[in-house]
Amino acid sequence: MNKSNINVGVLALQGAFREHINSIKMCGAKAIEIRFPDQLEEVDGLIIPGGESTTIGKLINKYNFKPYLDEFYSSGKAIYGTCAGLILVAKKVLNEDIGLGYIDIEAQRNSYGRQIDSFEEYVTLGFDGKEKFKAIFIRAPRILKIGPTVDILSKINDNIILARQNNVLVSTFHPELQEDTRIHEYFLKMIGKSIKREN
Amino acid sequence: MEKGTLKLKTGLAEMLKGGVIMDVTTVEQAKIAEEAGAVSVMALERIPADIRAAGGVARMTDPEIILKIMDAVTIPVMAKCRIGHFAEAQILESLGIDYIDESEVLTPADEKYHVNKWNFKVPFVCGATNLGESLRRIGEGAAMIRTKGEAGTGNVVEAVRHMRTIRDEIKKIAVLPKEELMSEAKEMGAPYELIVFVHDNGKLPVVNFSAGGISTPADASLIMQLGADGLFVGSGIFKSENPLRMAKAIVEATTHYKDPEILAKVSKGLGNAMNGIELSKIPKEELLSVRGW
Repeated sequence: MNKSNINVGVLALQGAFREHINSIKMCGAKAIEIRFPDQLEEVDGLIIPGGESTTIGKLINKYNFKPYLDEFYSSGKAIYGTCAGLILVAKKVLNEDIGLGYIDIEAQRNSYGRQIDSFEEYVTLGFDGKEKFKAIFIRAPRILKIGPTVDILSKINDNIILARQNNVLVSTFHPELQEDTRIHEYFLKMIGKSIKREN
Repeated sequence: MEKGTLKLKTGLAEMLKGGVIMDVTTVEQAKIAEEAGAVSVMALERIPADIRAAGGVARMTDPEIILKIMDAVTIPVMAKCRIGHFAEAQILESLGIDYIDESEVLTPADEKYHVNKWNFKVPFVCGATNLGESLRRIGEGAAMIRTKGEAGTGNVVEAVRHMRTIRDEIKKIAVLPKEELMSEAKEMGAPYELIVFVHDNGKLPVVNFSAGGISTPADASLIMQLGADGLFVGSGIFKSENPLRMAKAIVEATTHYKDPEILAKVSKGLGNAMNGIELSKIPKEELLSVRGW
């Protein structure tokens, strides 16, 4: 499927949604802000951005997104969660009842410490080993455990930072805060494949 | 591995966008703010309305209060230092605070210079009333700007003035021919490189929140529609009749600022908002927004 026909929704309740929209547009696909659940019908894939997971989680509940998101996930459409978005799609979150359960991981919020412990690091991407990718970690979560069918796409030492299970992709860092769009391109390919399957 | 970079400092502010940062003075208030969906809390000894009422010198909050609030919530915690008081800023950094607000709400410690914020790993937010002031603070290393408004008044008029001023000045710079930019930088007292950035991009190089006098969901919507990236709400929540409901309503209004039906719904039956002050009734020497240079 031609990329320019793909329409990506970015959950726009709070956080860095504009940056994801820019990244998707830089890749040559379409992107729209999702503020209400019924808008999910219009899009082929969904990004849940970074922000404060407590805030976004409360607004998801308040505006009754859950059944619509469950349906979106069950239909095999692709979902990408970055940072707070990762927390929201996780099956389990340490000490909190917040994950929607779309990817078989256990995550911990603010796992590296406070803002002064935020860091940048050049990492290797599992699907594109050529050039290092500048990963930006801001009060980042950690993936503590993964289920047997979750693929690890990137790691720093023992910490998994990019992972995928079927139609769900997660990163503990923020690719939308810089110009390198390789992860967004990869996500668009996931969406392309999910559309082919549907037809 | 790199820490304390400008990208990480401005990046945290990017994550707070579309959210509400609430002033709190106790652990209980911090928990109410988090429960209401605040993206961050500002740990204070007194909220601005009480600072205004108390008079005297307003200083950095007692570290014990700040640490208790940091322990009580999982969202980022900010705290204020006095303008130019780099020792207070060093203390706040050592506590592991997530953002420092070099704030005109406290009594300035230096009548000429602001803190050199490049010396710190922790990010700073600074107040501004116009574009030149914003760019001077960014030049000193601020990673986030907030328009000052007039804190502790419950009156949004100054916040509106500052948002409009910055917006209009950005529009003006964006259409100037390049050869006029150096003179404009001189007039505004702003770094030339940052004026060029504004000219090329039509926006500030960092996130711009709005503060000072926002007290209702309608105020939140007004300020967001004028182009703020998010809001600081100080006295407006804990000086209202029902803080939790007011806080939740302002959070929803900030997300759905363009949707009058939702704004009407969340505005219903909130009880009394804080008692506001007409700006002309405040003696000139008691205005906070004129502090900073």
